[in-house]
Parts: sequence; C-alpha cells; structure tokens
Amino acid sequence: MSIAPPKSPPPPAKPRSARTQEPKRRPERQQSKTFWIVLAVPGILWLILLFIVPFYAVLGIAMGQLNRLTESPIAQYNPLHWSSSNVINVYHDLIGATAFAAPIAVRTIVYVVIASLLSLVLGYPAAYFVARFAGRRKGLFLVLLIAPFWISYMMRMLAWIDLLQVNGYVNKTLSTLGITSASSPIDWLGGKPLTVILGLVYGYIPYLILVLYAGLDRIDPSLIEAGRDLGLSRTRTFLRVTLPLSRQPILTGLLITVLPMLGDYYTNQLLSGAPNTSMIGNLIEGQLGTPGLQGQGAVLSLLLLLVLIIPMIYYVIATNRSSREAT
Amino acid sequence: MTAAGATTEASARASASSQNGATRLRPWRNPWRKPWLLESFTWLYLIWSLVPIALAVLFSFNNGKSQAVWQGFSWRWYFTDPVNSVWHNPALHAAVFQTLKLSVYTTLIAVPLGVAFALGINRWRSYTSSTFNFVMILSFVVPELIFGVAMFFVFTVLFSFVHLGTLAETLGLVSWNISWPAIIVQARLVTIGKHYEEAAADLGATQWQAIRRVLLPLLTPAIFASAVLVFSSVIDDFVIVDLLSSSAGNTPMSVYIYAQQHGGNGGPALNALGTIMLVMSFVIVIIGFIGYRIVTRGERGDRKSALTTIAGADYG
Repeated sequence: MSIAPPKSPPPPAKPRSARTQEPKRRPERQQSKTFWIVLAVPGILWLILLFIVPFYAVLGIAMGQLNRLTESPIAQYNPLHWSSSNVINVYHDLIGATAFAAPIAVRTIVYVVIASLLSLVLGYPAAYFVARFAGRRKGLFLVLLIAPFWISYMMRMLAWIDLLQVNGYVNKTLSTLGITSASSPIDWLGGKPLTVILGLVYGYIPYLILVLYAGLDRIDPSLIEAGRDLGLSRTRTFLRVTLPLSRQPILTGLLITVLPMLGDYYTNQLLSGAPNTSMIGNLIEGQLGTPGLQGQGAVLSLLLLLVLIIPMIYYVIATNRSSREAT
Repeated sequence: MTAAGATTEASARASASSQNGATRLRPWRNPWRKPWLLESFTWLYLIWSLVPIALAVLFSFNNGKSQAVWQGFSWRWYFTDPVNSVWHNPALHAAVFQTLKLSVYTTLIAVPLGVAFALGINRWRSYTSSTFNFVMILSFVVPELIFGVAMFFVFTVLFSFVHLGTLAETLGLVSWNISWPAIIVQARLVTIGKHYEEAAADLGATQWQAIRRVLLPLLTPAIFASAVLVFSSVIDDFVIVDLLSSSAGNTPMSVYIYAQQHGGNGGPALNALGTIMLVMSFVIVIIGFIGYRIVTRGERGDRKSALTTIAGADYG
C-alpha cells in the first residue's frame, strides 16, 4: 500500500512537548468522537427521511382509508385511528371463495422456486469451472461470465423478445430441426409459463454466478487436493469437500436471486403479458396504478416484506460473517 | 503452489510412462485430466448467455422494421431515419439524456454521502451507529419493488411537494444506491486498520489532516469502485425510475424501452436504445477498470480482483 508522501517536510519531532501534551489527550478523544458523529449524521438523516419514513408512509396508507370521492388513499399515521378495511380486503383476496390472488401467490412461489433451482443447476458448474479449472484463461472466462451483469436488464429481455417472436430465430431453428412444423409456429410470447420461468433464469443468473464464483474461488485448493490424496474419487471429493464448503455461497446466491424475482413484474409483462402467468409483483404494480386499489397494494407489499424479512436478515448476517472471515 | 505444479508435472510424466508400460492408465482414472465436460458446459452456458444479446445489438442495425428478420445493415435507427431514429426522435434522445442526468446526479450525491457515512459509522462505535449500519445493509437487500412502492407512496402522499419526476427519481436512486459506497468503504476501512491514522496523529496531524492526507488516499480505490458501481447501476435501473417517472420528459431509457415494447410499439429503434445503454455501461466499466488498476498500483491483487471489485462481487 502506498501513502502519498507529505508535500512539506514533517515538523521536527519534539518529544518533550509531546509528553507535556499527554494530559490533553482525553478532551481530544472526545472531540474526535463528535467529529465522526458529524460525518455520519447526513447519511443517517437521509436514511431516516428517505428509507425509514417511506416505509412508515406505506404502513400509514395500508392502515388508512379511501377517499370515496377521489378514489385516492388517505394515510393514517396515528396507530390509534388505524382502519382495517384494506387488510380485510386483501385477506378476502388471498383466502376464501373469491380469492383471486391466492393462485397468483402460489404461482409466484412455484415459478420462483423452479427458476432459482434451475439457475443454481446451470450456474454452479460454470462458476465451479471458472474458479477451479480455468487456469491462465481465468480472466477471459471471468469477463464473459460477468458481462451480462453490466448489460441492462431491458436489453437482455429485448434480446429474447427478438428471438422468441413467431417468425424469430427460435422457431426457425426448431422447424429446421424438424421438431415443430413451419406451418404452426409456437407463440412463445403469448403467455407461456416456460418462457416466463426461463426469462427469470436468464435475467437473474448473473447475480447468482457472481456470488458462487466469489465463494468457490475462496476455497483453499489444498483442501480438495488433500481429499484426492487421501484416496477419495473425484465425485466423492466433490460431495465431501467442495460441496460442504460451498454451502454458504449457494445459500446467499439463491437469496440474491430469489429476493428480486419475488418483486419482478417486468420480465413477466415483457415475455408474456397474459393474466394466466401473472405473479405477485404484477398484482402489486397493477394496484399501484389503479385508483382505489392503492391501499391494498400497500398492504400486499408490506405482506411481502413481512415474509421476506427473515431471509433478508439472514442474508445480512451471513455476508457479514463471511466478510469478517475473509479479512 | 510450485509444489502442486511439480506434482502435476510428475504425475503427468508418470502417467505417460505408465501408458508406455504394461499397466495402461485408463483416461477417466487420471486425476489430472482436463475437465472437458465442465468446460464444454461452461462454453454452452456462455453462448446461451451472450449470443442473444449480440443478436439484439445486430438487430439495432437492421434495415427494416422487424426485430426478428434480418433485412440488411443500416444506421437507420441511429441517425438516418428522419422520424424514428434515436437522433431525430425527441422522445428517444430525451431518454438517453435523462439516463445520463440521473446517473451523474445520483453518483454525485450518493458517493460523498455514503463515504462520509461509512467513515463516521465505522469510527463512532455505539449502539446508534450499529443500528443505522444495519438499516443501511437492509436497504441493500430489500426487494426493489417493495422499496419502489415505499418511494412512490412517500412522494405521492407524504412529501407530495416532491412531485414525481427527475427530483423524485434522483432521491429514490440515491437512497437505493447509497449502500454501495457505504459497504465498500467500510470493508476497506476494516482492512486498513487504525495504524496509519494513529501514526499520523503521533506525528502531529490533526484529525482532519489525518483523514485528508492519510485516510482518503488509502480509500481512493474503494471510493472509485463504488462510484463506478453507482453510475452503472443507475444506467441499468428500472423499477425505481419506472414507479417514480411521471411523463415522457423524465423517462430514462430502460423505462422507455419497457413502455414501448410492452405497449406493442417495439422496433429496432428500441434495440438501438438498448445498444446505447450497453455501450454506456461498458465505457463506464472500462474506465472504472483502468482507473481502479491505476489507483491500486503497487498493491497486492491482480486484474481479476480488480474485475470482481468493480462488479461488486466481493460484497454481494
């Protein structure tokens, strides 16, 4: 590490005066603490005003009422006057005979589980190869692996929209291979669950791979070599040594894909747009834009937050622990 | 490392000699063979992940209105077309400038705020500081839709003097991205330790001098990496700006592409816009990579670690 050399020669050391300054040290410490507090305060105020207060505003709207004339929500910030009308509405949407949101919630879970497991199955071997075997070409592989991370999500969705159109290259390839007939091409973008799930995989797999790569790269190769030296086969070394050591990156990687997938509405809209594939994100986004339903949108997003708060906190603790181990 | 290399060589020689001998080592028993299967899988994955994007870039040069059928090369959707090219269509180039504007504003606000926060929180150890540090990291993992909903409501109901538009977008993006500098700078502070500052203080530097002359130069790589990350993630951001934009005048590229494609007005002009976003991100990342290598000159670490740092992988 290099420190910029001081431009002016340092003042000559005065050991005696330093000793006389000794009693002054305590107030100096006190002063330094105020200094750090002053540095932290702008960020803290920003977090309070534009992170904590907004969530309280959502709570106020969720527990507030509806102005029947303008169909706009009236926020109620005083817990003593909270109304349960929005919550009751959402409850009836989720449970009971007219529960139109229940299938959406179930579908969201199914899609997200399939998509994240598929991402893991596709991403792990690639990350493992680059971390362990890429050798001198590691830099090249790493660039290619990380590249999608810097390419806009919209551009990447656009890429598949182009390919999956009725007269697009996917259908052309399929009919050339004789899998489908050219006369009845598949309408991939017309509300196919498969398209949405693969779209989610394609969209979020770079994040997973990045976390997996960083974790797998940290595994000490001598541990794996030791396993091999002690007579384990390749498969058993992997199962007994590598896999247990990569449990942490797998978990955090899955979380980092699952959390945004659960709030995704755009992948679905772009690749399907049909109600038969809509997810919880679509529901919330739709309610935000519909006068009269904004209060219910607030309740739903708080509900989603409530479900996700435990995995979120787990993620924070896990990454804290691993970064402390790394240093 | 050299020992491992030596064993590899030795065993390779051994296996070669045993192949000449009577006991032929079957190839799948060779522990040092190349993992062909894994490598081909990785290449297949990379093709699946990158070729569609290359095709989408190609279609931005399509000399026709189709996003699916190639009709020859042209610059039509960038410059030539008098109505629908990015150059001539006001909505399209307004989107380009809006994205740039938001990236610059957000980086200029979020990075100083986050760096000061990281310094303060890291050295002011107390119950309050660790609570707010936790809140900060929480803002890093909360799903973007939930955060966007909170921002939408706070600007439409509570702080309604901030109208939806550029101001609301910038405030929302700063809140969303402030965690990058805060987390990266704190990680760097932990590795630096307190020795340099204490040395500076012993040599008679004041608090402020110690920060400006010693700590900030040491933090430059972290500050630089976080600025690159904030800038490039604002270019790619969609959810927050989608919920907080109000009209065509303050719609950035990602939202414009989404709205048009979803509204059935797709066309190669959108691919052109997407390609411009891609080029912008890559320029920033290349500047970031080279700059990061320059500011970390003389330190341990190599190109690969610079790459993962710029991608934020060390903190994911």
